[in-house]
Amino acid sequence: MNSLNFNIDNGYLEGLVRGFKGGILKQTDYLNLIQCETLEDLKLHLQSTDYGNFLANEASPLQVSVIDDKLKEKLVIEFQHMRNQSVTPLATFLDYITYSYMIDNIVLLITGTLHQRAISELIPKCHPLGSFEQMEALHIASTPAELYNAVLVDTPLASYFIDCISEQDLDELNIEIIRNALYKAYLEDFYKFCQTLGDSTGAYMSDALAFEADRRAFIITINSFGTELPKDDRAKLYPRCGKLFPDGLAALARADDYEQVRAVAEYYSEYRVLFEESSNNPGEKTLEDKFFEYEVMLMKKAFLDQFHFGIFYAYVKLKEQESRNIIWIAECVAQRHRAKIDSYIPIF
Amino acid sequence: MASVLTPVYIVLTMALAAFLILSFYYTLTDQGYRYNIGWLLQDTSPYMWANLGIGLGISLSVVGAAWGIFTTGSSILGGGVKAPRIRTKNLVSIIFCEAVAIYGIIMAIVISNQETVFNPQKWSEAERYQLSSQNHHAGYSMFGAGLTVGFSNLFCGICVGIVGSGAALADAQNSSLFVKILIVEIFGSAIGLFGVIISILQVTHAKMGDK
Repeated sequence: MNSLNFNIDNGYLEGLVRGFKGGILKQTDYLNLIQCETLEDLKLHLQSTDYGNFLANEASPLQVSVIDDKLKEKLVIEFQHMRNQSVTPLATFLDYITYSYMIDNIVLLITGTLHQRAISELIPKCHPLGSFEQMEALHIASTPAELYNAVLVDTPLASYFIDCISEQDLDELNIEIIRNALYKAYLEDFYKFCQTLGDSTGAYMSDALAFEADRRAFIITINSFGTELPKDDRAKLYPRCGKLFPDGLAALARADDYEQVRAVAEYYSEYRVLFEESSNNPGEKTLEDKFFEYEVMLMKKAFLDQFHFGIFYAYVKLKEQESRNIIWIAECVAQRHRAKIDSYIPIF
Repeated sequence: MASVLTPVYIVLTMALAAFLILSFYYTLTDQGYRYNIGWLLQDTSPYMWANLGIGLGISLSVVGAAWGIFTTGSSILGGGVKAPRIRTKNLVSIIFCEAVAIYGIIMAIVISNQETVFNPQKWSEAERYQLSSQNHHAGYSMFGAGLTVGFSNLFCGICVGIVGSGAALADAQNSSLFVKILIVEIFGSAIGLFGVIISILQVTHAKMGDK
């Protein structure tokens, strides 16, 4: 995929996705949004952006969950259009982007089934980008082995389950372990796929996926403090395609508290800055916020280079961040709790 | 994963092996005189070289123009969805690519106009030798001229295409960028013109035929 033949198959879609990127809300739009007093004001301000009249047919009073669904729907429509127009290898690349949503959907459905909810009320809660044909059949399984043999072996995620079906039973803790193990296998597979795609895509996606892998390693470690997850099991969940592999991951596996995690991050200049500028005090940014900011900065870099697939991945991630921002602002407006309304992550 | 080029490699290796085996055979059986480059150059007709030059000139120019047009055109289509104002202005990039094909046509016409029939029977021995060498010179000049214009237009077309694609996408985001990137495109277009100039110089000294 170099500059000579990229445009044969992907030129139109690159132009299209750059057009979509131009419609991502700017700082002035956010300044308008945080001035809103009600959700109706929010809807009015969103009409003048790329979103247009997407909330026009919704019954008033507006609710934040409705806004969330419509935001997601817009991203899904744009993504499906691009997916339908694409050919391999872009089609495979876009499919890989949807696998992360599929993993979330599977975990959601299994958790819901464990809590005896009907499958029909769980399906609407699934993310549309990650839908696959066997979704309706997920409730029949009770052990991971059954789940795999009956339902998942036909999905594109089948190869990620190899590490998981050794679990004995599906329960709360095991579900999270399954989710992280699946995500690890998915990230490593995606990383390998991007390396086969050529220089620009491989280089950009290596950075992007390495950051994702490292972020997950840190979050898994921090979240596992105080739970009964043994350290060996925790170490098996770290994706190996990041900068932390192998030494950082080994050190993280031995960590017992937040200070030790911060000490591991000291060795890596980008992550040290993130840990230094974050803290758990009420007035400052949390670690998650710093990770989001770093991700936004990384995703914006994709658009500086032409003729590579990274822009599609970056676009999906930036739109997700924008959705999170709008929902944050909408929640603050709806609950009239405006103290932290400007803790959204600015994008452009 | 076997590369797409594997059959090409196989054919090239077999051709090289055949050539080496044959040359060893000739050398060892005292038939080395059969590899006679002088005979090859003298006895092939200058008309073959001239027409090859004309053919390569126009076809390589068209390949370059086509490459440039599809590279730029698909980006204009994509960018024009969310920013329809770029559609007309960016046709200028397509015109620059098309100009490359026009250079090819012009040179092909100019070169083929120089081609005339040479009748060796009409002349005496000495004049025949002199005219025949002049014709060989003309044949090679036309071949060279065709290659010059063909390859320079090929790369010029590719260059203008890639720059034009960048210009369209940048214009879609920020309209003040288009004119600046157009300057880069103009420089890219100039290199095709260099090929045309040199090609004309090569061909004006070519005297084919009975004069």
